[in-house]
Amino acid sequence: MTAILGRIGRMALGIVARAGDLLLLAMQSLALGLRPPWRLRPFMEQLYAVGVGSLVVIAVTGAFTGMVLALQGYYTLAKFGSESLLGAGVALSIIRELGPVLGAFMLIGRAGSAITAEIGVMRVTEQIDALAMMAVNPKARVVLPRLVATTLALPVLVAIFDAVGILAGYVVGVDLLGVNPGAFWAEIQAKTTGEDLNEGWIKALVFGFLIGAICTWMGWRAKPTTEGVAAATTHAVVLASLAVLIADYIMTSFFL
Amino acid sequence: MPRLCLRVMLRAENLSKRFGDLVAVRPMDLAIPAGGVTCIMGGSGSGKTTLLRMLAGLLAPTTGRIWFDGHEITALSERELFRLRRRMGMVFQYSALLNSLNVYENVAFPLKEHTDLPESVIAKVVAMKLEQVGLRGTEHLMPSELSGGMMKRVAFARALVTDPDVVFFDEPTSGLDPISAGVITTLIHEISEHTGMTAIVVTHDVHAGLAIADHVLIMWQGEVIARGTPDEIRASRDPRVRQFIEGRPDGPIPFSRSRTPYWEDLISRTGAPR
Repeated sequence: MTAILGRIGRMALGIVARAGDLLLLAMQSLALGLRPPWRLRPFMEQLYAVGVGSLVVIAVTGAFTGMVLALQGYYTLAKFGSESLLGAGVALSIIRELGPVLGAFMLIGRAGSAITAEIGVMRVTEQIDALAMMAVNPKARVVLPRLVATTLALPVLVAIFDAVGILAGYVVGVDLLGVNPGAFWAEIQAKTTGEDLNEGWIKALVFGFLIGAICTWMGWRAKPTTEGVAAATTHAVVLASLAVLIADYIMTSFFL
Repeated sequence: MPRLCLRVMLRAENLSKRFGDLVAVRPMDLAIPAGGVTCIMGGSGSGKTTLLRMLAGLLAPTTGRIWFDGHEITALSERELFRLRRRMGMVFQYSALLNSLNVYENVAFPLKEHTDLPESVIAKVVAMKLEQVGLRGTEHLMPSELSGGMMKRVAFARALVTDPDVVFFDEPTSGLDPISAGVITTLIHEISEHTGMTAIVVTHDVHAGLAIADHVLIMWQGEVIARGTPDEIRASRDPRVRQFIEGRPDGPIPFSRSRTPYWEDLISRTGAPR
């Protein structure tokens, strides 16, 4: 019994220590961003890689999410004769919940894993040490641009996800299932408030930061071997996905 | 003829490094003179790269203190250490070029980071450094398009581009063809002689090391077993030093790392080792 409790205690301490290390790396990197020299190019490169690079996958995911929501929503609402509420149902589900969460998952798969692998390989091939020896702080040059890029890119990507999703829901609901187009838009306008929009973009901002912090940290602390980088990449995807789900629950309960 | 240097560039006291139970570097005192070539030589696993990384401030020592030109680097903040590193350069064993940049951008990187020089001047300096290593004309190539030897020469040009006071070389000639190795070792010696740069070279290439060094340290099992000028090392009567510089398999430095007798080990084995 004592042994089991000891193991649980050690595990808990290990989790707390790793969480502290993760936050410390993110905060130290952000603090370095407040001091000159400021280099725009690494940020623009990462914004392009994370944002523009994820655009297609986000748009496609948004489209199919909107389409399936319209199908499922119509099936349920038709039982109560409330098909006209389809627009509001699709829009609220996407803006408040599915846009930020699915957008975050897509970003983890598309860009987060690449961030971990890239930093891990830089560690294995001593590029991180080489930067340090050239008097360039690798936290400022490698971690910070990626952390800022995921944090800033996700809200924009989620806005695109939301727009494409609602349009796709419109196509399925109005053009295929025969919902009145005026009712579709009018219900969205009537039922969607500024609070709903705020919930969406604040969630996206927090998820973007979490993804950046976790994926950069996993790469930074990856064992400097091929297996180490592969394991870190897998763990980054799992950990970031879990963090998004947990943060989503906490934030949703706060907003409701 | 070794040059005598009175000023000490790097000094260490009671310096040691452990990785768990493994003692990589045993407690030692060091003084590396300014303006010459110091070669740290020894067999594989003798702790020379660990020592080099501690001296460069890349690895925190388990015990001891290090001074770089009077500044105690083991007591500096991260920010102060980065400021001091503008006076250092390093050539890594596997080159460590930045994968996302081409040859020109790699060599120009330290200049763009730390100077306000116009691009036209940077381009000329990069061309001069690449000419020194025989790679002028390869500016547009990416690291993935270079051979291992070419990458090392680009790394050499990058380390020298800011004319640092101290350059650390980790196995600078490993993986190079004999001509490139000869050019690089001669270059280290000539640049040090003409510019006063302090070169600290980790190598197991005994002949090249003794040919260019002003000061030699020989390491074995994490400790310095001999130090002095190349002539003093050549004249050493220490059997470990003699075995190392003559490259003999038999002697006090065992070739095999195993501690158990060979036949006994073979007979006792019944399956895969656990």
